[in-house]
Amino acid sequence: MHNSVIDIEHLNLYYGKQHILKDINISIPAKKITVILGPSGCGKTTLLRSLNRLTELDASVKMSGKIFLNGQDLLSSKEDVTTIRKKMGLLAQRPYPLPMSIYNNVAYGLRISGRRKKKFLNNRVEYYLRQTNLWEEVKDRLKEPAATLSIGQQQRLCLARGLAVDPQIILADEPTSALDPHSSRMIEEKFAELKSNYTIVLVTHILRQARNIADHVIFMYMGQVVEQADARDFFDNPQEQQTKAYLQGQFY
Amino acid sequence: MRKILKIEERFYRVLMFLATTFIGTALFVILFSILRTGLPHLSWEMLSEIPHGGYYFGKSGGIFNAIVGSVYLSLGSSLIAFLVGLPIAMFINIHLIRHTKFVAVIRFLLDLLWGVPSIVYGAFGFTIMVFFGMRTSLMAGIITVSLFILPIIVRAMDEVLRNVPKGLLESSLSLGSTNSEIAYVVYFKQCLPGIITAWLLAFGRAIGDAASILFTTGYTDYVPHALNEPAATLPLAIFFQLSSPIPEVRERAYAASAILIFIVLTVSVISRILGCKYNKNKINF
Repeated sequence: MHNSVIDIEHLNLYYGKQHILKDINISIPAKKITVILGPSGCGKTTLLRSLNRLTELDASVKMSGKIFLNGQDLLSSKEDVTTIRKKMGLLAQRPYPLPMSIYNNVAYGLRISGRRKKKFLNNRVEYYLRQTNLWEEVKDRLKEPAATLSIGQQQRLCLARGLAVDPQIILADEPTSALDPHSSRMIEEKFAELKSNYTIVLVTHILRQARNIADHVIFMYMGQVVEQADARDFFDNPQEQQTKAYLQGQFY
Repeated sequence: MRKILKIEERFYRVLMFLATTFIGTALFVILFSILRTGLPHLSWEMLSEIPHGGYYFGKSGGIFNAIVGSVYLSLGSSLIAFLVGLPIAMFINIHLIRHTKFVAVIRFLLDLLWGVPSIVYGAFGFTIMVFFGMRTSLMAGIITVSLFILPIIVRAMDEVLRNVPKGLLESSLSLGSTNSEIAYVVYFKQCLPGIITAWLLAFGRAIGDAASILFTTGYTDYVPHALNEPAATLPLAIFFQLSSPIPEVRERAYAASAILIFIVLTVSVISRILGCKYNKNKINF
């Protein structure tokens, strides 16, 4: 059916003795927005973080199963983990700009990839700031610290910074939860534009947001995938009892 | 019930006021007594000349040798401790992030070392010197004091680095940074003001300590010109003058203390200014 980028097979994740993710089998379609939906504590953020192996930062986390990115298994891969992470940009629940100027925030990813030519950097920084609708707001103060931006602007800066690394996939973990409605809508609109070039995986518990922008939905509950389907099928014709209950607002 | 709460509120308010006043007064009395006794004896001669014959019996001269010795010693040792300590602090906070138990052990050991009296470091340094056949020298002092302030500077920087939110680490990792890039670009910039404060803390301990340098740096009336020469230091100059039976010499000790305090003050102000200057990029999470 889909041309999938990420395929997860029998993924289990334990945090100490707690079984967080239970036998996850999903596939994430290319150049679409896949929304991971579910009540809080259902493991959706953990699933997202396991994709770029941030879960490894905690020694008590044990994983088994397979995560294929373009057909290559990430968990048994010999490839350097930084190379894998470069393929996936992360947008966190709240913006974490780097402690440097607005310009350097975007240039950082390019510099660590060895691109240091001034002209090239100027060009790229402008390009990615335009991509995230920030350029007009910050073009006169590129040298100022990123901390001077508003939270909404910081989140767009984080998006620009992530895009500058030229990832294939954008991982977004409730990226609008700290933002005002206007900035949230801006991010949502941006995602809708970006999906022509990037595969986007968005974690959210906001049903409205999921309805607005999802192409594909994965519904999780208590560490298990209850249902996954195309957005239209999912919202109009849910198959599982739990999905129906959730969509009707019987639990959050 | 309301009334009890009010009384409780007032009780703690008074308690805090008393504690603050107590510390403030103690500090003021110390400074006042040093300055009152010391200032009349402070002169250009004292700052700029080495002890002439009979200085310790009340004759002319100054403690330029001790000022230079102390500055060399504390700058040298705090620089070495910084260069060795920063990688340690970064390593336990970034590279060892998975190994929480191991890091807890390292922190515990560093805290233990922090509590070891400086005279023990002095004795240890002396043993090492004897083993290598070294004589008392500036170099031996710098090495001993570096060892003594290393746990202090590492733990002080460690506390600063620990407060960096995990989200910043994860965001930086997601951009494809290596651990070292995160340490020396992201964390360094985020924590620079705190790192400067940690260095200042170590510098203050280094310049103020007498016990660790007693056997290692020695004492001399001359300004050291090389690392293998012994050097005079302000804490020891204060100590020797204070033990004199002659009142005027004892009073000069206070002048020397005033100089020591002034050096620490100057270094604090400079580092605060630097700290503020580099504070602007820090993100307040």
